Amino acid sequence: MQRVYLDFNATTPVDAAVLDAMLPYFSGDFANAASIHTPGQRARAAVETAREQVAGLIGASPKEIVFTSGGTESDNHAIFGIVNSALASGAQTAPHIISSAIEHEAVLNTCQALEKRGVAVTYLPVDKNGLIDPAAVQAALRPETVLITIMHANNELGTIEPIAEIGRIAAQADVYFHSDAVQSAGKISVDVKALGVDLLSLSGHKLYAPKGVGGLYIRNGTRLQQLLYGGHHQRGARPGTENVAGIVGLGAAAKMARKSLAEDAMRVSGLRDRLEREILARVPDARVNAAGAPRTPNTTNIIFPGVEGEALLISFDLKGLACSTGAACSSGAVEPSHVLTAIGLSPEDARASLRFSLGRHTAEAEIDFALHVIPAAVAQLRELSPTYRRSSVVAI
Amino acid sequence: MNTEAQLEALPVATATDAHVVAVAMSGGVDSSAVAARLQQHGRSVIGLTMQLWNQRRLPELQGSSPAQHRCCSLDDVYDAKRVAQHLNFPHYVVNFEEHFEERVVRPFVEQYLSGRTPIACTNCNTEVKFEPLLRMARQIGAARLATGHYARIHHNAETQRWELLRARDDSKDQSYFLWGLTQEQLSRSEFPLGELTKDEVRELARAANLPVAEKPESMELCFVPNGNYVQFIQAYSAERGMPLNARAGEIVDESGAVLGQHNGVHNFTIGQRKGLGFAATKPFYVLSIDAANNRVVVGDDESLRTTTCEVEAVNWVSIAAPTQPFRALVKIRHKHEPAMATVEVASDGKSLRLGFDGPQRAITRGQGAVLYDEGERVLGGGWIR
Repeated sequence: MQRVYLDFNATTPVDAAVLDAMLPYFSGDFANAASIHTPGQRARAAVETAREQVAGLIGASPKEIVFTSGGTESDNHAIFGIVNSALASGAQTAPHIISSAIEHEAVLNTCQALEKRGVAVTYLPVDKNGLIDPAAVQAALRPETVLITIMHANNELGTIEPIAEIGRIAAQADVYFHSDAVQSAGKISVDVKALGVDLLSLSGHKLYAPKGVGGLYIRNGTRLQQLLYGGHHQRGARPGTENVAGIVGLGAAAKMARKSLAEDAMRVSGLRDRLEREILARVPDARVNAAGAPRTPNTTNIIFPGVEGEALLISFDLKGLACSTGAACSSGAVEPSHVLTAIGLSPEDARASLRFSLGRHTAEAEIDFALHVIPAAVAQLRELSPTYRRSSVVAI
Repeated sequence: MNTEAQLEALPVATATDAHVVAVAMSGGVDSSAVAARLQQHGRSVIGLTMQLWNQRRLPELQGSSPAQHRCCSLDDVYDAKRVAQHLNFPHYVVNFEEHFEERVVRPFVEQYLSGRTPIACTNCNTEVKFEPLLRMARQIGAARLATGHYARIHHNAETQRWELLRARDDSKDQSYFLWGLTQEQLSRSEFPLGELTKDEVRELARAANLPVAEKPESMELCFVPNGNYVQFIQAYSAERGMPLNARAGEIVDESGAVLGQHNGVHNFTIGQRKGLGFAATKPFYVLSIDAANNRVVVGDDESLRTTTCEVEAVNWVSIAAPTQPFRALVKIRHKHEPAMATVEVASDGKSLRLGFDGPQRAITRGQGAVLYDEGERVLGGGWIR
């Protein structure tokens, strides 16, 4: 069966060139990068090269990059690290964090864990396009605010947040600013100086590096307590024997992304726009979520009124097309999306929404295949929908 | 890569295909055996496992018993997935948590609080398995939904009705829980285990090397973690913001004399003897539960035996609604030896009056009354009121 994968926001394959770069570090150059001997020094050199490559992708200096196990650890490290530093420096009142309603669970659940320990958190609302109003960030600032954490691009909608504007507000208020850039790095330009962030999270597997490796940018001079305790790897900021092969992969992927970003974005957004346009033309009543926002070039999130997204997703999969609904829970069942709820969708519309996310190697013929599958599958589901016909009568 | 022409030739089904069957998989041996059996018969199987209840809810109930043998625990989901991987067919977990709570859990609790003793499994069949799950099965291209129920479906060419029959293995028969199925639902369902005994099903599972072949059976209600309904009702009511602690009332005898106090009518079921909470020289049984006056009426075993009852929300299965009184064997609870009764049907066919030939013990409001003929057919059923 032909299979077309349009779920690159969930994860990407390891690029062939990235894999080639990594392979020597599993068995041949296997040494511990913390070892003093020559094999160890070779591993160290590879890690430091990767650090330069990752720094290069986001306009940072290499010593501002810490390698982690992925986006979730980076987010935890940034948020716990700032709050714990503030607490350690003897803050008199409970620290306050500003975040948003559409963050990834890695940020939301970290904030919620801190709330249970007495930290105050403001979750800013978003508009129907998933955009945060910088003025709302300004208005939410309190004397005890220690951190603003707002994602760069949303995983479900692709919405790109006004990070540079928020960065200026944070700088003026002298409040640390973290951004989860897991969904933007490799898709759009990410420059930590232009964005004005103090902390920025990266994940390898969203940009053609393997799963299990990520990075955290920590602006020089940021007071950030470490998350993990152990040896003195990575200047003590993140103990644990370095995942050399993974780190090399992240470096190689960052280098590739930097080189091909503009060209990829242009080509992929062309395909995404065509997919979107033809779905709207061929599926009655379909609508694009967050269509009015600047979006990552590869993402589209579409409501198919009158169907259960879960049934549609399965239907597509049985025909060879992989896409996604909001979030999956541990059993693999679909959970209601907090992002779609936050942009004001009714529970019915939220459940009728699917995300298609394209990749660097998505081909025109794959979009043809998707357009071959989607309208027919939607029609078949609507045929058996208890709600669609009624709602369409109302619409007329 | 495909050209346009090749794409057009691809078989994208636009209608359901009789060859394709969805199997409702709980992760247990029965539904896994269904999948294996259908596959052996050359059918194209799609496995669906329902996520019905969030096991993280009501955490105060989790301590007393491990959660692994419940229908919606993660382990059971993984077991269903392992079976699907072993037999190499697609499998998906589908989320009906909201639907399940609205149609099964909440009514279950409300019924208990109104003095009835409900059966959640019947509601789950009628309102969840053979409703949204069956619909989803059809939407994704399956003609029918197969389940691990021990019962049989037969199409009567003469009457043009879909008939529901007892399982061949009488000790496993689950037809009592399926009386609510409509003709439409029956026409799109399959019960492949209806002809088999439990031993044959285990043997089938072993022969197919199913990873769940030796898994023990679960008999409990899936969303009640330890089988303790009372605890569940209290925890659920508290979570919903309707705590039950102010629901104490009186236990009275048939003359109205107060014998003791109770902590809420949900603690009682008809025929209950233990845990009445007052001292007496002779055994007392719960005769009726008067939720409106918050009273529990008790009496002796003799008073527990009655010969008539009223049945509502009747569904006719193997026959159309009769207009004349008729004789049928009636089961008033799952483990009840069917008893002969004369059945009077209301003019709309939706309610019944049953007159048993002999007294029946503990006829209980909220349980199902299921009508069988002298053979193996389920004629219809309804709720005892």
